[in-house]
Amino acid sequence: MDDLIVKTITRLIVPFIQLYGIFIILHGHLSPGGGFSGGAILGASIVLYSLSFGLEKASKKLSHEASSIIESAGILWYIALGLVGIFMGGYFLTNRAAGFPMGEAGAVISSGMIALITLGIGAKVASTMITLFHTIIKED
Amino acid sequence: MKKIFFMIVLAGLLILLVTSVMEMPGIGSIDNPAYNEVTRYYVENAITDSNAPNIIASIITDYRAFDTLGETTVLFTSIAAVISVLSLGHHHGHKNHNSEEKVEKQHG
Amino acid sequence: MEIFKAIIEHINYIAAATLFVIGLYTVLTHSNLLKKVIGINIMETSIFLFFVSIGYVSGGGSPIISLGGERQIFINPVPSALILTGIVVAVSITAYSLSLIIKLHETYGTIDMDEIMELRGEKN
Repeated sequence: MDDLIVKTITRLIVPFIQLYGIFIILHGHLSPGGGFSGGAILGASIVLYSLSFGLEKASKKLSHEASSIIESAGILWYIALGLVGIFMGGYFLTNRAAGFPMGEAGAVISSGMIALITLGIGAKVASTMITLFHTIIKED
Repeated sequence: MKKIFFMIVLAGLLILLVTSVMEMPGIGSIDNPAYNEVTRYYVENAITDSNAPNIIASIITDYRAFDTLGETTVLFTSIAAVISVLSLGHHHGHKNHNSEEKVEKQHG
Repeated sequence: MEIFKAIIEHINYIAAATLFVIGLYTVLTHSNLLKKVIGINIMETSIFLFFVSIGYVSGGGSPIISLGGERQIFINPVPSALILTGIVVAVSITAYSLSLIIKLHETYGTIDMDEIMELRGEKN
Protein backbone atom coordinates (compact mmCIF):
# COMPACT_ATOMS: atom_id res chain seq x y z
CA MET A 1 0.00 0.00 0.00
CA ASP A 2 2.77 2.42 0.89
CA ASP A 3 4.92 2.00 -2.20
CA LEU A 4 6.31 5.09 -3.91
CA ILE A 5 6.57 3.46 -7.33
CA VAL A 6 2.98 2.26 -7.30
CA LYS A 7 1.69 5.64 -6.16
CA THR A 8 3.64 7.60 -8.77
CA ILE A 9 2.65 5.30 -11.63
CA THR A 10 -0.99 5.39 -10.50
CA ARG A 11 -0.99 9.17 -10.37
CA LEU A 12 0.48 9.25 -13.88
CA ILE A 13 -1.76 6.65 -15.46
CA VAL A 14 -5.21 7.33 -13.95
CA PRO A 15 -6.05 10.40 -16.12
CA PHE A 16 -5.26 8.46 -19.28
CA ILE A 17 -7.43 5.52 -18.22
CA GLN A 18 -10.30 7.91 -17.51
CA LEU A 19 -9.80 9.67 -20.85
CA TYR A 20 -9.93 6.30 -22.62
CA GLY A 21 -13.12 5.37 -20.77
CA ILE A 22 -14.78 8.65 -21.73
CA PHE A 23 -13.67 8.14 -25.35
CA ILE A 24 -15.24 4.68 -25.42
CA ILE A 25 -18.51 5.97 -23.93
CA LEU A 26 -18.75 8.91 -26.33
CA HIS A 27 -18.00 6.73 -29.38
CA GLY A 28 -20.33 3.95 -28.28
CA HIS A 29 -22.49 4.22 -31.40
CA LEU A 30 -19.57 4.40 -33.82
CA SER A 31 -16.96 1.89 -32.70
CA PRO A 32 -16.74 -1.23 -30.51
CA GLY A 33 -17.54 -0.50 -26.91
CA GLY A 34 -20.40 1.41 -25.42
CA GLY A 35 -21.85 2.26 -22.05
CA PHE A 36 -21.00 -0.95 -20.26
CA SER A 37 -17.37 -1.30 -21.35
CA GLY A 38 -16.59 2.39 -20.99
CA GLY A 39 -18.23 2.53 -17.58
CA ALA A 40 -16.24 -0.50 -16.47
CA ILE A 41 -13.00 1.21 -17.56
CA LEU A 42 -13.95 4.42 -15.70
CA GLY A 43 -14.78 2.38 -12.60
CA ALA A 44 -11.52 0.46 -12.88
CA SER A 45 -9.54 3.71 -12.79
CA ILE A 46 -11.08 4.66 -9.43
CA VAL A 47 -10.60 1.08 -8.20
CA LEU A 48 -6.91 1.35 -9.09
CA TYR A 49 -6.68 4.69 -7.28
CA SER A 50 -8.31 3.34 -4.12
CA LEU A 51 -6.12 0.22 -4.20
CA SER A 52 -2.91 2.23 -4.23
CA PHE A 53 -3.90 5.24 -2.09
CA GLY A 54 -6.35 3.67 0.34
CA LEU A 55 -10.09 4.01 0.79
CA GLU A 56 -10.06 7.36 2.62
CA LYS A 57 -8.29 9.33 -0.12
CA ALA A 58 -10.40 7.69 -2.80
CA SER A 59 -13.67 8.52 -1.08
CA LYS A 60 -12.43 12.09 -0.77
CA LYS A 61 -12.15 12.15 -4.59
CA LEU A 62 -15.59 10.63 -5.11
CA SER A 63 -17.72 10.39 -1.99
CA HIS A 64 -20.26 7.67 -1.33
CA GLU A 65 -23.17 10.10 -1.57
CA ALA A 66 -21.98 11.50 -4.90
CA SER A 67 -21.62 8.08 -6.48
CA SER A 68 -25.03 6.94 -5.28
CA ILE A 69 -26.58 10.16 -6.66
CA ILE A 70 -24.85 9.56 -10.02
CA GLU A 71 -26.12 6.01 -10.04
CA SER A 72 -29.76 6.96 -9.41
CA ALA A 73 -29.44 9.81 -11.90
CA GLY A 74 -28.27 7.41 -14.60
CA ILE A 75 -31.32 5.19 -14.40
CA LEU A 76 -33.71 8.17 -14.03
CA TRP A 77 -32.13 9.79 -17.12
CA TYR A 78 -32.75 6.56 -19.02
CA ILE A 79 -36.42 6.45 -17.97
CA ALA A 80 -36.87 10.16 -18.75
CA LEU A 81 -35.52 9.60 -22.26
CA GLY A 82 -38.01 6.79 -22.65
CA LEU A 83 -40.88 8.98 -21.48
CA VAL A 84 -40.02 11.58 -24.14
CA GLY A 85 -41.19 8.98 -26.66
CA ILE A 86 -44.58 8.72 -24.96
CA PHE A 87 -45.05 12.49 -24.78
CA MET A 88 -44.23 12.81 -28.47
CA GLY A 89 -46.96 10.35 -29.35
CA GLY A 90 -44.99 7.14 -29.81
CA TYR A 91 -44.16 4.11 -27.72
CA PHE A 92 -41.89 4.01 -24.68
CA LEU A 93 -38.27 4.43 -25.83
CA THR A 94 -38.86 5.34 -29.46
CA ASN A 95 -35.96 6.94 -31.22
CA ARG A 96 -36.56 8.40 -34.67
CA ALA A 97 -40.32 8.78 -34.44
CA ALA A 98 -40.02 10.73 -31.18
CA GLY A 99 -38.20 13.54 -32.91
CA PHE A 100 -34.72 13.14 -31.47
CA PRO A 101 -32.18 14.96 -33.69
CA MET A 102 -30.66 12.20 -35.78
CA GLY A 103 -27.69 14.10 -37.18
CA GLU A 104 -25.40 12.63 -39.79
CA ALA A 105 -24.35 8.98 -39.63
CA GLY A 106 -20.77 8.72 -38.42
CA ALA A 107 -20.63 11.96 -36.42
CA VAL A 108 -20.10 11.89 -32.67
CA ILE A 109 -23.33 13.81 -32.05
CA SER A 110 -25.78 11.75 -34.05
CA SER A 111 -28.22 8.83 -33.89
CA GLY A 112 -30.56 10.59 -31.48
CA MET A 113 -31.37 8.67 -28.32
CA ILE A 114 -28.55 6.10 -28.60
CA ALA A 115 -25.70 8.44 -27.67
CA LEU A 116 -27.66 9.95 -24.75
CA ILE A 117 -28.63 6.54 -23.37
CA THR A 118 -25.01 5.37 -23.68
CA LEU A 119 -23.93 8.37 -21.58
CA GLY A 120 -26.44 7.45 -18.87
CA ILE A 121 -25.44 3.77 -18.87
CA GLY A 122 -21.75 4.70 -18.69
CA ALA A 123 -22.25 6.94 -15.65
CA LYS A 124 -24.39 4.30 -13.97
CA VAL A 125 -22.00 1.38 -14.55
CA ALA A 126 -18.96 3.40 -13.43
CA SER A 127 -20.60 4.51 -10.18
CA THR A 128 -21.93 0.99 -9.57
CA MET A 129 -18.44 -0.52 -9.90
CA ILE A 130 -16.99 2.11 -7.55
CA THR A 131 -19.75 1.74 -4.96
CA LEU A 132 -19.58 -2.06 -5.00
CA PHE A 133 -15.81 -2.05 -4.56
CA HIS A 134 -15.84 0.55 -1.79
CA THR A 135 -18.65 -1.20 0.06
CA ILE A 136 -16.93 -4.57 -0.10
CA ILE A 137 -13.49 -3.38 1.06
CA LYS A 138 -14.84 -1.10 3.79
CA GLU A 139 -13.67 -1.87 7.37
CA ASP A 140 -11.79 -5.05 8.31
CA MET B 1 -14.25 -41.35 -2.78
CA LYS B 2 -16.62 -38.42 -3.22
CA LYS B 3 -14.33 -36.89 -5.84
CA ILE B 4 -14.16 -40.12 -7.86
CA PHE B 5 -17.95 -40.38 -7.80
CA PHE B 6 -18.34 -36.80 -9.04
CA MET B 7 -15.68 -37.37 -11.71
CA ILE B 8 -17.58 -40.37 -13.10
CA VAL B 9 -20.90 -38.51 -13.10
CA LEU B 10 -19.40 -35.41 -14.71
CA ALA B 11 -17.57 -37.49 -17.33
CA GLY B 12 -20.95 -38.89 -18.29
CA LEU B 13 -22.33 -35.37 -18.50
CA LEU B 14 -19.37 -34.28 -20.64
CA ILE B 15 -19.91 -37.18 -23.07
CA LEU B 16 -23.60 -36.27 -23.28
CA LEU B 17 -22.83 -32.58 -23.94
CA VAL B 18 -20.10 -33.24 -26.51
CA THR B 19 -22.10 -35.79 -28.49
CA SER B 20 -25.10 -33.47 -28.64
CA VAL B 21 -22.93 -30.49 -29.55
CA MET B 22 -21.39 -32.42 -32.47
CA GLU B 23 -24.81 -32.56 -34.11
CA MET B 24 -24.94 -28.77 -34.46
CA PRO B 25 -23.98 -27.04 -37.72
CA GLY B 26 -20.30 -26.17 -37.75
CA ILE B 27 -18.85 -22.91 -36.53
CA GLY B 28 -19.07 -20.14 -39.07
CA SER B 29 -21.56 -21.73 -41.46
CA ILE B 30 -24.05 -19.17 -42.66
CA ASP B 31 -26.81 -21.84 -42.59
CA ASN B 32 -26.67 -21.69 -38.80
CA PRO B 33 -30.28 -21.38 -37.59
CA ALA B 34 -29.26 -18.48 -35.38
CA TYR B 35 -28.61 -16.40 -38.51
CA ASN B 36 -32.29 -15.92 -39.24
CA GLU B 37 -34.51 -13.18 -40.59
CA VAL B 38 -34.27 -11.10 -37.39
CA THR B 39 -30.52 -10.84 -37.82
CA ARG B 40 -30.90 -10.05 -41.50
CA TYR B 41 -33.36 -7.27 -40.66
CA TYR B 42 -30.99 -5.78 -38.08
CA VAL B 43 -27.99 -5.91 -40.42
CA GLU B 44 -29.82 -4.36 -43.34
CA ASN B 45 -31.92 -1.70 -41.60
CA ALA B 46 -29.93 -0.61 -38.54
CA ILE B 47 -28.19 2.25 -40.32
CA THR B 48 -31.41 3.67 -41.79
CA ASP B 49 -33.48 3.15 -38.66
CA SER B 50 -31.14 4.61 -36.08
CA ASN B 51 -28.27 6.30 -37.96
CA ALA B 52 -25.67 4.45 -35.87
CA PRO B 53 -22.98 2.41 -37.68
CA ASN B 54 -22.50 0.12 -34.68
CA ILE B 55 -25.25 -2.49 -35.09
CA ILE B 56 -24.87 -3.82 -31.56
CA ALA B 57 -25.31 -0.32 -30.10
CA SER B 58 -28.46 0.17 -32.14
CA ILE B 59 -29.77 -3.23 -30.99
CA ILE B 60 -29.18 -2.76 -27.28
CA THR B 61 -30.24 0.88 -27.03
CA ASP B 62 -32.85 1.21 -29.75
CA TYR B 63 -34.53 -2.04 -30.84
CA ARG B 64 -34.19 -3.71 -27.44
CA ALA B 65 -33.88 -0.64 -25.22
CA PHE B 66 -36.46 -1.98 -22.80
CA ASP B 67 -34.27 -5.03 -22.28
CA THR B 68 -31.34 -2.77 -21.41
CA LEU B 69 -33.55 -0.87 -18.96
CA GLY B 70 -34.14 -4.19 -17.20
CA GLU B 71 -30.41 -4.81 -17.26
CA THR B 72 -29.67 -1.53 -15.48
CA THR B 73 -32.40 -2.43 -13.00
CA VAL B 74 -30.50 -5.66 -12.31
CA LEU B 75 -27.38 -3.63 -11.55
CA PHE B 76 -29.39 -1.31 -9.31
CA THR B 77 -30.95 -4.25 -7.45
CA SER B 78 -27.59 -5.92 -6.93
CA ILE B 79 -26.03 -2.80 -5.47
CA ALA B 80 -29.04 -2.26 -3.20
CA ALA B 81 -28.74 -5.87 -2.00
CA VAL B 82 -24.98 -5.61 -1.38
CA ILE B 83 -25.31 -2.36 0.56
CA SER B 84 -28.21 -3.65 2.66
CA VAL B 85 -26.40 -6.92 3.46
CA LEU B 86 -23.07 -5.32 4.33
CA SER B 87 -24.07 -2.11 6.09
CA LEU B 88 -26.58 -3.84 8.39
CA GLY B 89 -23.86 -5.70 10.27
CA HIS B 90 -21.55 -2.71 10.50
CA HIS B 91 -24.14 -0.71 12.44
CA HIS B 92 -24.69 -3.59 14.83
CA GLY B 93 -20.95 -3.95 15.25
CA HIS B 94 -20.52 -0.29 16.13
CA LYS B 95 -23.33 -0.43 18.66
CA ASN B 96 -21.86 -3.53 20.28
CA HIS B 97 -18.42 -2.00 20.44
CA ASN B 98 -19.81 1.18 21.98
CA SER B 99 -21.85 -0.70 24.58
CA GLU B 100 -18.86 -2.88 25.48
CA GLU B 101 -16.72 0.22 25.92
CA LYS B 102 -19.42 1.76 28.12
CA VAL B 103 -19.58 -1.38 30.21
CA GLU B 104 -15.82 -1.37 30.58
CA LYS B 105 -15.88 2.29 31.59
CA GLN B 106 -18.58 1.63 34.17
CA HIS B 107 -16.59 -1.26 35.57
CA GLY B 108 -13.44 0.85 35.54
CA MET C 1 -10.36 -38.51 -40.65
CA GLU C 2 -14.05 -37.59 -40.58
CA ILE C 3 -14.09 -37.41 -36.80
CA PHE C 4 -11.10 -35.06 -36.70
CA LYS C 5 -12.72 -32.77 -39.23
CA ALA C 6 -15.92 -32.75 -37.18
CA ILE C 7 -13.99 -32.00 -34.01
CA ILE C 8 -12.18 -29.08 -35.62
CA GLU C 9 -15.47 -27.73 -36.96
CA HIS C 10 -17.00 -27.81 -33.46
CA ILE C 11 -13.95 -26.98 -31.37
CA ASN C 12 -15.51 -23.93 -29.69
CA TYR C 13 -18.62 -25.82 -28.66
CA ILE C 14 -16.50 -28.67 -27.24
CA ALA C 15 -14.40 -26.14 -25.33
CA ALA C 16 -17.57 -24.57 -23.94
CA ALA C 17 -18.88 -27.98 -22.80
CA THR C 18 -15.52 -28.81 -21.18
CA LEU C 19 -15.41 -25.46 -19.38
CA PHE C 20 -18.96 -26.01 -18.14
CA VAL C 21 -18.04 -29.41 -16.70
CA ILE C 22 -14.88 -28.00 -15.09
CA GLY C 23 -16.93 -25.25 -13.43
CA LEU C 24 -19.55 -27.73 -12.24
CA TYR C 25 -16.81 -29.97 -10.80
CA THR C 26 -15.37 -26.97 -8.94
CA VAL C 27 -18.77 -26.08 -7.50
CA LEU C 28 -19.55 -29.64 -6.44
CA THR C 29 -16.27 -30.79 -4.90
CA HIS C 30 -14.80 -27.76 -3.14
CA SER C 31 -16.17 -26.77 0.23
CA ASN C 32 -14.52 -23.33 0.19
CA LEU C 33 -17.21 -20.81 -0.69
CA LEU C 34 -14.88 -18.53 -2.66
CA LYS C 35 -13.91 -21.47 -4.86
CA LYS C 36 -17.60 -22.18 -5.41
CA VAL C 37 -18.06 -18.61 -6.64
CA ILE C 38 -15.08 -19.03 -8.97
CA GLY C 39 -16.65 -22.23 -10.31
CA ILE C 40 -19.93 -20.43 -10.99
CA ASN C 41 -17.97 -17.78 -12.88
CA ILE C 42 -16.24 -20.45 -14.99
CA MET C 43 -19.65 -21.90 -15.88
CA GLU C 44 -20.92 -18.45 -16.88
CA THR C 45 -17.85 -17.95 -19.07
CA SER C 46 -18.56 -21.23 -20.84
CA ILE C 47 -22.08 -20.08 -21.64
CA PHE C 48 -20.75 -16.79 -23.03
CA LEU C 49 -18.26 -18.68 -25.21
CA PHE C 50 -21.02 -20.96 -26.48
CA PHE C 51 -23.34 -18.10 -27.39
CA VAL C 52 -20.70 -15.98 -29.08
CA SER C 53 -19.50 -19.02 -31.07
CA ILE C 54 -23.04 -19.59 -32.34
CA GLY C 55 -23.03 -16.08 -33.77
CA TYR C 56 -19.78 -16.40 -35.70
CA VAL C 57 -19.92 -16.41 -39.50
CA SER C 58 -16.72 -17.42 -41.26
CA GLY C 59 -15.04 -14.46 -42.90
CA GLY C 60 -17.33 -12.03 -41.14
CA GLY C 61 -16.16 -8.86 -39.48
CA SER C 62 -17.41 -7.08 -36.40
CA PRO C 63 -20.94 -5.74 -36.96
CA ILE C 64 -20.01 -2.13 -37.60
CA ILE C 65 -21.17 -0.80 -40.92
CA SER C 66 -18.42 0.98 -42.80
CA LEU C 67 -19.75 4.25 -44.15
CA GLY C 68 -17.74 3.90 -47.35
CA GLY C 69 -20.48 1.77 -48.77
CA GLU C 70 -18.72 -1.49 -49.72
CA ARG C 71 -20.70 -4.63 -48.90
CA GLN C 72 -19.29 -6.75 -46.09
CA ILE C 73 -20.13 -9.96 -44.26
CA PHE C 74 -21.03 -9.41 -40.61
CA ILE C 75 -21.15 -11.84 -37.74
CA ASN C 76 -24.53 -12.34 -36.10
CA PRO C 77 -25.03 -9.33 -33.80
CA VAL C 78 -27.95 -10.73 -31.77
CA PRO C 79 -26.01 -13.24 -29.58
CA SER C 80 -23.39 -10.58 -28.81
CA ALA C 81 -26.09 -8.14 -27.71
CA LEU C 82 -27.74 -10.81 -25.56
CA ILE C 83 -24.47 -11.82 -23.93
CA LEU C 84 -23.95 -8.22 -22.80
CA THR C 85 -27.00 -8.74 -20.56
CA GLY C 86 -25.52 -12.01 -19.34
CA ILE C 87 -22.24 -10.37 -18.36
CA VAL C 88 -24.05 -7.74 -16.30
CA VAL C 89 -26.09 -10.41 -14.50
CA ALA C 90 -22.88 -12.36 -13.85
CA VAL C 91 -21.24 -9.31 -12.25
CA SER C 92 -24.31 -8.69 -10.08
CA ILE C 93 -24.48 -12.29 -8.89
CA THR C 94 -20.75 -12.35 -8.11
CA ALA C 95 -20.95 -9.13 -6.10
CA TYR C 96 -23.97 -10.32 -4.14
CA SER C 97 -22.47 -13.72 -3.33
CA LEU C 98 -19.18 -12.09 -2.28
CA SER C 99 -21.07 -9.83 0.12
CA LEU C 100 -22.86 -12.86 1.55
CA ILE C 101 -19.49 -14.59 2.00
CA ILE C 102 -18.17 -11.54 3.87
CA LYS C 103 -21.22 -11.70 6.12
CA LEU C 104 -20.70 -15.42 6.77
CA HIS C 105 -17.05 -14.80 7.61
CA GLU C 106 -18.08 -12.11 10.11
CA THR C 107 -20.56 -14.47 11.75
CA TYR C 108 -18.74 -17.80 11.79
CA GLY C 109 -15.09 -16.83 11.33
CA THR C 110 -14.63 -19.23 8.41
CA ILE C 111 -15.69 -19.52 4.78
CA ASP C 112 -15.47 -23.30 4.63
CA MET C 113 -18.85 -24.88 3.99
CA ASP C 114 -18.23 -28.03 6.05
CA GLU C 115 -16.95 -26.10 9.07
CA ILE C 116 -19.98 -23.79 8.93
CA MET C 117 -22.27 -26.83 8.87
CA GLU C 118 -20.45 -28.28 11.91
CA LEU C 119 -20.77 -24.98 13.79
CA ARG C 120 -24.47 -24.81 13.00
CA GLY C 121 -24.90 -28.41 14.15
CA GLU C 122 -23.24 -27.64 17.47
CA LYS C 123 -25.51 -24.64 18.01
CA ASN C 124 -28.63 -26.70 17.47
